[in-house]
Amino acid sequence: MSLVETQRTEKLRGSGWRELVTPAHGLLLLFLLVYPAMASDFFLTQIGGYSLILGMIALSLMLLAGYGGMVSLAQITIAGAAAYVIAIFGENNSGVHGFAWPWWVITPMAILFASVLSAAFGWVAVRTEGIYTIMITLAIATACFYFTQQNYALFNGFPGYSGLRAPEVFGLYWRDPVPFYYLCLANAVVAYAAVLYGARSTFGLTLQAVRDNPRRMRAIGYNVTAHKVFAWWLSGLIAGAAGVLLAWFNGRISPGSIAVGPAINILIIAIIGGLRHPVGPFIGAVVVVLIQTFAIDLVGAERFNTLIGLFFLAVVFLSPDGILGLWERVKPRPDRDAWGPGPERSGVRE
Amino acid sequence: MNVSIAASRLQGTGANALELDNVGRHFGALVALSGVSMKIRAGERRAVLGSNGAGKTTLFNAITGDFLPSFGRIRFFGEEITHLPAHERIRRGLRRTYQISQLFTNLSIRDSVYLACRGVTNNRFSLLRPSPSDGAMAQAESIIHAVHLDGEAGLLVGTLSHGQQRQLEIALALAGAPRFILFDEPAAGLSPTERRDLIAILNALPGHIGYIIIEHDLDVALRVSEYVSMMHNGSLFKEGTPEEIENDPQVQEIYLGGGHG
Repeated sequence: MSLVETQRTEKLRGSGWRELVTPAHGLLLLFLLVYPAMASDFFLTQIGGYSLILGMIALSLMLLAGYGGMVSLAQITIAGAAAYVIAIFGENNSGVHGFAWPWWVITPMAILFASVLSAAFGWVAVRTEGIYTIMITLAIATACFYFTQQNYALFNGFPGYSGLRAPEVFGLYWRDPVPFYYLCLANAVVAYAAVLYGARSTFGLTLQAVRDNPRRMRAIGYNVTAHKVFAWWLSGLIAGAAGVLLAWFNGRISPGSIAVGPAINILIIAIIGGLRHPVGPFIGAVVVVLIQTFAIDLVGAERFNTLIGLFFLAVVFLSPDGILGLWERVKPRPDRDAWGPGPERSGVRE
Repeated sequence: MNVSIAASRLQGTGANALELDNVGRHFGALVALSGVSMKIRAGERRAVLGSNGAGKTTLFNAITGDFLPSFGRIRFFGEEITHLPAHERIRRGLRRTYQISQLFTNLSIRDSVYLACRGVTNNRFSLLRPSPSDGAMAQAESIIHAVHLDGEAGLLVGTLSHGQQRQLEIALALAGAPRFILFDEPAAGLSPTERRDLIAILNALPGHIGYIIIEHDLDVALRVSEYVSMMHNGSLFKEGTPEEIENDPQVQEIYLGGGHG
């Protein structure tokens, strides 16, 4: 018995990446890789690329909320910060700033700035718990929205910046549909795999332990505040990378992109998809983007938000764990892949 | 006896493991702890007894930094720790268990104990998965074995029975080379068999590890301690060997009659 258990444990604990190589992941990746062969430019960029970007921003929320128990409404603000760095230090046609620094300088700069800003937000927010974390991040997001809207010297106020261009590298313009889709896919895959792997890293375990019982974490030697702030920094890296892609996708960044509406949209995406597994945010993003795109055809321009709202209600009502939770209910095997490899059930006391 | 041997093993510092100098805590107008002074030698095993509300757990919370004392000073192996945050005290070798289990319900036993071992090492922010050959992992396995949880190591903590959760509480306190442990009613809610297990675990601790145990069950308390402090209404009122305490009429009155000494 103990031998079986040891082998099982070794496999589950497998310090490498092997756990990520599963048939499901293989099929999904294959589909995503050949998707451009089937999809029109519209479905490639407006649905595919945009879903991957929003999925990454929602993934940054899932990291905080699912593993860390910290629900943030400021993730779109963090992504927006990266986009503003791209606009201010890169090229824009708004006649304000636009230093035209090369892409390989401003891209890492934007992601780094977003992550540091995220850590700063986190440093403020980790003093609170539960509903208060939501409120304080909402306050931060709202403050940033009004600040960018009213400040013209730095953020060019209400109109923001337009004319942002993705770089041309290796003879490709990276905003063309196919290259842009693959760029988004590569970023999303890296972020997804990193979160899935990291969930069972030492830090991943500490983050989940902090979520479960911060008092006990202090009593075994952990600086709980530092671990939470580090999680915010990591989530800022993902949101920041998504923010850069968002800037190139839209070709513009303005306060409207980081308003309260888009902020709540990210939370809705994460909850519709499910917070229990990093694939949830991407499922949620695809669903929400499809509804947002096609609801107008179904119910008219004035009612499409009603449709999204009804869908949200239905999902939350049927399954608190989002679409992932629905799948968990119908899938054949009972053990859930909740926070990683799932519970082992081989323990028989000798 | 083995206590003095253990003390000399600590490079003959002769230091007390714990020195409390008039430590007190009040919550608004309520005085939970009204000035306790205590010296406990390295390796000493002491029981703290007292009725409910005597201030025993408050004393523990002040020592471990779960909250800071309102006044007084605390020294740990000669170092002033009165104002250190809780995690810094833990890294200096102090550990505790809780009266009501404080565990990570969504983690496995193995991961919980592994984290407890890692809590006092460097690189706590590692983004790599622990390898099976990790030193902390090996230490975790041996601690899990010491508290008789081998068979359940992979189970999620939330699925464990009360007795197993109490064993895990103790495992978390044993992780990472502790020098001194505060046990807060470790026997609460345990069956007679589990109590015997607990006493065996405590008696099997290495000689250099001292502890204070809060325990209502006199049978347990007097069998695992060499010295006893009695608390009442937020202060110490009697100290002595287990035999002295057991036969003390005042103690008997408080424990059996519930009077006010």
